Amino acid sequence: MAAQEAPAGTGRLAALGAWIDARFPMTKMWNEHAAQYYAPKNFNFWYFFGFLALFVLALQIVTGIFLTMSYKPSATEAFGSVEYIMRDVEWGWLLRYLHSTGASAFFVVVYLHMFRALLYGSHRKPRELLWIFGVLIYLALMAEAFFGYLLPWGNMSYWGAQVIVSLFGSFPVIGEGLVEWIRGDYFISDITLNRFFALHVVALPLVLIFLVVAHLLALHEVGSNNPDGIEIKKTKGADGHPVDGIPFHPYYTVKDLFGLGVFLVLFAAVVFFAPEMGGLFLEAPNFEPANPLLTPAHIAPVWYFTPFYAMLRAVPAFAGTQVWGVLVMFAAILVLFFVPWLDRSPVRSIRYRGPIYKVTLMVFAANFIMLGYCGLMPPAEPYKTLSVIGTIYYFIFFLAMPWFTRIEKTRPEPVRVTK
Amino acid sequence: MSVGSRFAAVLALSLSFAAAANAATAGWPLQQAGTDVSNLASLQRGARNFVNYCLGCHSAKYMRYSQLAEDLALTEDELRASLMFTGTRVYDTMDSAMSAEQGRLWFGNAPPDLSLIARSRGPDYLYTFLRTFYEDPSRPTGVNNAVLPGTAMPHVLAPLQGLQQPRFETTRGSDGKETQHLVGLEPGSAPGDLPAAAFDSFVRDTVAFLEYVSEPSKARRQALGVWVILFLLMFTTFAWFLYKEYWKDVK
Amino acid sequence: MSETIDKGRRQLLTAATALTGAVGVAFAAVPFLSSWKPSARAKALGAPVEIDISKLEPGAMLKIEWRGKPVLIVRRTPEMLERIGNHDDRLADPDSESSKQPDYARNPARAVKPEFLVLLGVCTHLGCLPQNFFAPGAAPTVGLDADWPGGFFCACHGSKFDLSGRVFRGVPAPTNLEVPPYTFADSGHIVIGQDQGSVA
Repeated sequence: MAAQEAPAGTGRLAALGAWIDARFPMTKMWNEHAAQYYAPKNFNFWYFFGFLALFVLALQIVTGIFLTMSYKPSATEAFGSVEYIMRDVEWGWLLRYLHSTGASAFFVVVYLHMFRALLYGSHRKPRELLWIFGVLIYLALMAEAFFGYLLPWGNMSYWGAQVIVSLFGSFPVIGEGLVEWIRGDYFISDITLNRFFALHVVALPLVLIFLVVAHLLALHEVGSNNPDGIEIKKTKGADGHPVDGIPFHPYYTVKDLFGLGVFLVLFAAVVFFAPEMGGLFLEAPNFEPANPLLTPAHIAPVWYFTPFYAMLRAVPAFAGTQVWGVLVMFAAILVLFFVPWLDRSPVRSIRYRGPIYKVTLMVFAANFIMLGYCGLMPPAEPYKTLSVIGTIYYFIFFLAMPWFTRIEKTRPEPVRVTK
Repeated sequence: MSVGSRFAAVLALSLSFAAAANAATAGWPLQQAGTDVSNLASLQRGARNFVNYCLGCHSAKYMRYSQLAEDLALTEDELRASLMFTGTRVYDTMDSAMSAEQGRLWFGNAPPDLSLIARSRGPDYLYTFLRTFYEDPSRPTGVNNAVLPGTAMPHVLAPLQGLQQPRFETTRGSDGKETQHLVGLEPGSAPGDLPAAAFDSFVRDTVAFLEYVSEPSKARRQALGVWVILFLLMFTTFAWFLYKEYWKDVK
Repeated sequence: MSETIDKGRRQLLTAATALTGAVGVAFAAVPFLSSWKPSARAKALGAPVEIDISKLEPGAMLKIEWRGKPVLIVRRTPEMLERIGNHDDRLADPDSESSKQPDYARNPARAVKPEFLVLLGVCTHLGCLPQNFFAPGAAPTVGLDADWPGGFFCACHGSKFDLSGRVFRGVPAPTNLEVPPYTFADSGHIVIGQDQGSVA
């Protein structure tokens, strides 16, 4: 009767699963990374951004593949092919806006994700390598965005690439050869465009995927941090699982689904109603084709690079060379690698740190935003002075960290997680 | 020039251009175009204006007549009667009769393609530009423009607007040198065919058309967006209840 | 542990969310799949082509390109038209039952007006361009013997078609040459790619 008929289908499915499991660690991986991966139960708003970053990566890859089907990576055809996508390809305009908005969304999500780490000490031992993979992802993402921005071959694409590639020319001795080697030509040309296309479409996505897998494996190896910064594995229940842990599936899959919904509403609002974002996501000069004879009135990189651009412009030339600004800009990114060792606090989470870290971190965030704003503006006052102040603060935050994290008065961390 | 110093030059160039741009845009205030791209009648008039006054020199090479027919609710016959030159087919793009080389030869600068001009310069710029030509005997075309000084474009709309006269003000700089600044435009002695308000309307329609041409999918995009967001809100609501239901287990 | 889990509610909410999600994914797939349809540019390049046939001599052939394929237009003389009626027994499909042509070309002349033959110059065997051998009688160099009524011969693998593009028996090609949609704009112009009686 009913009991006899019901399991027939599931029985076959279970048999298929067993056949696969005997040859491939399907259920093992599912358990290890989802159904039996115990994550702290007190994840808050700041913990949505890791999954959202993964989602945006997938979105960029899928939309990117479809754009590559119609895009032409040559100096004569690139600009026209983007308009072909926008006008002639069915739904091409949507593919384009999803990709351009996705690029900016990627950085919004990644910056918030990195900030979460600084808030709760997710960079501290034993998660130093997790953090390092993360900084490598950030670096790869910046390179990916930079190469991608040349592809529409608009006037801002051209001149932005011109300025950034020329940066490398300020290195002594090797500078000139290096720039020519990067460009593959004596100027930013069709050759440069074609190689940036290969890097953007094939090389860096592969690197990103590899780094993201490494990032997740490193995370699952030690387990997730949480807003209280305590190790939930220290307190295990009779069943061997952390008492403050819950299986990622179904609890966090279901919560991330909700988070995804909220993100998609905001994302769709931009894609369908403000894809240019007032010139921040799609810059006006880029609607004119690349013109080596006409510099845009105001060269600015896309918003997610502007904090570092402000730092670059803040450093004046010394001894006849601009290389110091370039070195400061690189140092600003490199210093991130050392944060796990710069942070000497006995506690992880901001909740139990002293007032110095609390204040300096909040000011750091505001400072980073201010630097970004200065980078968007023309190099006039007050932005010039603010950029200098902002750059100095940025470095003081990191370089003084070993000192102020050690001396400040912290509160004792709890044994069990709080809300 | 070494690459390092070339980089320095590019930075310096961008700085000076930024400064110059600030001065230039500060020179002539842009007026609000006041276009309504959802007004099909305005777009149809603008299309006719564009074809009659602009297409002779400026192409809109990414715009197809067939797309125009669809978005502006025109039949193919209406398209052929008022917008298409003989020999063009309905799937063709709005190419100009003038080639780029001819343009460079006759005007010094090839008249740019206008498919995206409304996105790169903005409707206010275009609106103000088309209305601020004035008489200037020192120029080969006999006219100059307040928004784009030294433009190679002749005042194509002069028959409609008449020829405006400039009003200058002399200022003495800190170095003692006197410079002339354009501070206003006056109607000339011979009026054009259109009174001022009608001319503004004419330009507004044309700019609205150019705005449409720069992104034909915009109306569809916004209409669809409403439904997408409503759907996503519904999904998010279900996901919220599902999340809350499962999390009753926790703590 | 937790109090009783309302399994029914969980299943309902899971189903509602999953269903909405699946519908969302289906909607989201539409733009990606649709982007593969011929773009406006493809449609423009593949648009109907108008050909001036007023200067075509009787017995002569025009070859033009449409949608990347050769289209052959033959102005048949009355004498050529006579030679299409008398060899149905040698044809594989004399009534064009299994070949591709518009309804208005489903007749022995395979044309709107018998004087003008419009064919796709694509051999139905493997796609080569058949050559015209309109003169009747033997042509030993290509293996056409004395009872050849005139038509097309495909040099690639020896397929033979008559003066209406109908395939002979015993050759590699399986069907008659395809007739594309076409219409007469006026007596001196043919539009290839547009059906007779329809407006573009």
